[in-house]
Amino acid sequence: METSTPVIFEERENQIHRKGESPFNIDCNRDSLAGAISQRACVFCGSRVVLYPIADALHLVHGPIGCAVYTWDIRGALSSGPELHRLSFSTDLQEKDVIFGGEKKLYKALNELIDLHGPKAAFVYSTCIVGIIGDDLEAVCRKVSAEKKIPVIPVQSEGLKGNKREGYNAACKALFRLVGTGETDNISPYSLNILGDFNLAGEIWLIRDYFKRMGVEVVANITGDGRIADIKRAHGAKLNVVQCSGSTMDLANMMEETYGIPHIRVSYFGVEDMAQALYDVANYFGDSQMIEKTKELVKDELKVLYPELKKYKKALEGKKAAIYVGGSFKAFSLVKALRHLGMKVVMVGSQTGTKEDYAELEQITDPGTIIVDDTNPLELSQFIKEKGVDLFIGGVKERPIAYKLGVGFCDHNHERKIGLEGFEGMLNFAKEVYNTVMSPVWRFVPRNTTGDVKNV
Amino acid sequence: MSDDYTSTTNACKLCKPIGACLAFKGVEGAVPFLHGSQGCATYMRRYIISHFREPMDIASSSLGEKNAIFGGGANLKQGIKNVTTKYGAKMIGIATTCLTETIGDDVPSIIKQFRDEEKALFESDNSPLLVNVSTPSYGGTHMEGFHDAVKVLVDQIATEYGKDESINLLPGFVSPADIRYLKELLSDFNLEGVVLPDISESLDGPALLDYQKISEGGTPLSKIRSMGKARATIEFGRTIFGNLTAGKLLDSRFGVKNYSLGMPVGLRESDEFFSVLEEISGCKSPEKHVLERGRLIDSFVDSHKYIFGCKAVVYGEEDLVVGLTSFLAEMGVQPVLCASGGKSKKLNKEITAVTKGLVDLPIVRDGVDFYDIGEEVAELKPDLLIGHSKGYSLAKKYGIPLMRVGFPIHDRIGGQRVLHLGYRGAQALLDDLVNLVIEKKQNDSPVGYSYM
Ligand code: SF4
Ligand code: SF4
Repeated sequence: METSTPVIFEERENQIHRKGESPFNIDCNRDSLAGAISQRACVFCGSRVVLYPIADALHLVHGPIGCAVYTWDIRGALSSGPELHRLSFSTDLQEKDVIFGGEKKLYKALNELIDLHGPKAAFVYSTCIVGIIGDDLEAVCRKVSAEKKIPVIPVQSEGLKGNKREGYNAACKALFRLVGTGETDNISPYSLNILGDFNLAGEIWLIRDYFKRMGVEVVANITGDGRIADIKRAHGAKLNVVQCSGSTMDLANMMEETYGIPHIRVSYFGVEDMAQALYDVANYFGDSQMIEKTKELVKDELKVLYPELKKYKKALEGKKAAIYVGGSFKAFSLVKALRHLGMKVVMVGSQTGTKEDYAELEQITDPGTIIVDDTNPLELSQFIKEKGVDLFIGGVKERPIAYKLGVGFCDHNHERKIGLEGFEGMLNFAKEVYNTVMSPVWRFVPRNTTGDVKNV
Repeated sequence: MSDDYTSTTNACKLCKPIGACLAFKGVEGAVPFLHGSQGCATYMRRYIISHFREPMDIASSSLGEKNAIFGGGANLKQGIKNVTTKYGAKMIGIATTCLTETIGDDVPSIIKQFRDEEKALFESDNSPLLVNVSTPSYGGTHMEGFHDAVKVLVDQIATEYGKDESINLLPGFVSPADIRYLKELLSDFNLEGVVLPDISESLDGPALLDYQKISEGGTPLSKIRSMGKARATIEFGRTIFGNLTAGKLLDSRFGVKNYSLGMPVGLRESDEFFSVLEEISGCKSPEKHVLERGRLIDSFVDSHKYIFGCKAVVYGEEDLVVGLTSFLAEMGVQPVLCASGGKSKKLNKEITAVTKGLVDLPIVRDGVDFYDIGEEVAELKPDLLIGHSKGYSLAKKYGIPLMRVGFPIHDRIGGQRVLHLGYRGAQALLDDLVNLVIEKKQNDSPVGYSYM
């Protein structure tokens, strides 16, 4: 592939695409390059993201302390009730466990924690070295499950088995073991499960409220503000609504295969996508009253939203944005939402996108836009400079790069404290972008003062 | 003593390699490199970044499943090569992880092989120095990782013999603000000194025009090379695990006299430090610092009534806990629990030493997590928590003010600028602490006092 700009890592050349410069053909889902400082996380991290918000389950990380301690309460997945998920449990394996095996310690730790906290189920995450020392997680979990009379589910999330994607898959497999074990009486014919929403900043409550206003029953939140009992009866729902990132897609597929529950893919982010999600659900059930109610709902919401958005758009018109997020599905919505604010997306990338995802991104972006898979700080900073970016949207690891170069930054990852989904969320997003881009501090940073202190 | 749990809940420690990465980050032109799978490096970067709010690159050999079976040597070599050619590292600090320790990768021999295979790379002027440390997390906490990394830096780089007038300062894991203060101090005493490691700029740098592949700052390699020539070493930390510290190594190998001191937190520990500086430099403490000391004592007097008998729980890294406990004791705050996730086996003895003369001695517990600390807090009903930001959930649960010090501080700005050391640091801590107590009192009172 020929590019007009120098590449930093030759081996990564095919993981970067500039729209319009060459036919689209991006490489992705490769192992991270040794020695390049990847922003990618591990399998375990992917599993944690998906299962973590289940608030009445015990989440025990079987491994050395680090894997647990770095994931302690790092995500703002809110719960309306129990908050067991916010504690960080670990078997904290020691040298002797590594030599003689960690099964005994795991067994004791599980018993102890179940007695202390009385969870509705337990997930046991396997980490890299557990895979190596060969503990039989399955056997320990089965034993404890029989003794304690709650589901105890191993999650095969050894970090080295790949990236986040495999972790999502391991989490879905774990969830699927719960689905189908509960009663499904009294579930409405107009019912669904919400998949792939983690209730950051209470977002799932908003979405549930929309569905309620439409007359649709939500059986299980998977997994934001999730409960074990709900997930057990999730197979009683008539539809799976899967949002973003593909993190729970595997579960939707398994449920479709086994229980014949169809799924639709949605995004709750941005005006068009949010409205589309609700319409898709209403149309699926095909109830004319429901369709009417949905139209009403969208109209009411937009009536409030649009005038408010206008003022932000005026200020933001023509500003340039770069996006780098975990899953590429989220990137689609972001591109659209930024366009809604009059902004131009000049770079977009993700950690775990598939070829199809990138092809779709290339479709909806403007010529010259950089599309990139699994990038690193060196490349990111080059793109920021090359494109003269005003706003960078990414996760917490990208923030210091943007800030160091004096570029505005918005967090669109799992740590955010501001709800961005739904119609309300779009307004929050506009505010957040506005507060970032319009801050007076950028005029002092070196890239806008050419180093002259008096040039402010 | 409450129950001894098998499981760990909300650990009060981090894993060993993160400490090594932090230490390596304090060497000029260095890139920390984790030999292991990708996840560990990404998690650690994230953890460090959330405190310092600065870029923090950690390279990784990104092992996959097949490497776990056949060994990670090839990935390690490829990774070193990439970091050398693409980042222009002057030094690569290689730390192992649980994974590579468990599969038994022999890093020193892999490095040796690599040198033989890549002659051209190592003959050039910009060939990087490769330093390696063994850091399986099941062998200790982040502090062991930190101190071990400092030790290998000295062990593997300090090779020059001779004598000069400089001194070595090994401060341990302190803040960039602390390091800046220490450097100012050395210069005020007219001492030529090398501070190792030095994260004062590499983890607290200015706004930039261009992204730096490797951030500026850090202890220059040339200075580490000549550490064996120094007149003396001052090493902070009395709870460093094991018997051979970097300071002792410099002593036994090069005959550099080692002054082992506690972390100079508060008046008395700072006095000890200053007297060593006076001894080594042959100068009296400069006026500026004498005045700072005087002001500190003056403020002790001004604030004694607000805090006397106030009960505090102190937790975190062992040496910081010792320093803080000493400080609390000398100003009339009652330390009721001194806790750490570390297990150097020296905590009890050191706490006893700095709390001599107290009527009620604090409970000392090492190897604990926040579940244990929480049980103690419920019992002890302290007025104040002192430690890093991970104690916040307890502070919230029990409605106790939390004074944030040390690492990490993930829920406030400026963690890298918290000054802990010397008279100046004690002054800053004192103002913070007393105001927290006053604020609580003021808020809890229905009167709305406007003079406190
Ligand atoms: S595997 Fe070891 S080195 Fe990696 S994060 Fe876990 S504890 Fe730390
Ligand atoms: S890569 Fe392995 S050891 Fe490291 S954080 Fe992930 S699971 Fe833990």
